[in-house]
Amino acid sequence: MAAKLEYPLVPGDKGLASASTPRISPSLTLLAGWLIPGAGHLLLGKWIRALLLMISILGMFAIGIALQGKVYTPNTGEPLDMLGFAGDLGSGLLYLIARVLGWGQAPVLIAIADYGTKFIVVAGLLNVVAAVDAHSLASGRKQS
Amino acid sequence: MTISHFGAVLLFSLFTSVVFGVTQRSEPRMMIRFGALCFVLFVSGTIAASWVMWLIKP
Repeated sequence: MAAKLEYPLVPGDKGLASASTPRISPSLTLLAGWLIPGAGHLLLGKWIRALLLMISILGMFAIGIALQGKVYTPNTGEPLDMLGFAGDLGSGLLYLIARVLGWGQAPVLIAIADYGTKFIVVAGLLNVVAAVDAHSLASGRKQS
Repeated sequence: MTISHFGAVLLFSLFTSVVFGVTQRSEPRMMIRFGALCFVLFVSGTIAASWVMWLIKP
């Protein structure tokens, strides 16, 4: 009854992904990677890469918060704040947690806190890069 | 938490280089090489920019 499945098993899969790569929807890896740093690679079974990405992005975000960096909010009307918000949003659930817990709401008064703000924004941007990489691996655009 | 400016440079460079290395190369050996290159370029670029700012200060 159950037929043996062949390529392509997911939309857009050209059969270029390695044989050891589990068949996971690229969209799912993108979403998971965005919500939780490294989760996209974890779904693909690349746990060392997932661990490295998670440590790097979580570490960067945590240091940014610890340095009392600013977490941007939407609708401030300032163009630079909107860009900062877009960058912060790349952190996925980390951004949501920071907003819910009220982290990064104090005014930035010292240079180190400004560094913290940049750490938080760049953590979000790096998370987007990591999520897109997971998507490329799942779709076969990146072979390994 | 407090951190020196150079410490912030090192941490920023380290984390960013790890992500660049993992995502921009396919083979583990090339990931390490590219990550190390990014780290050196980040740190040396920052030091160079610091000296330029010191030289052009009024």
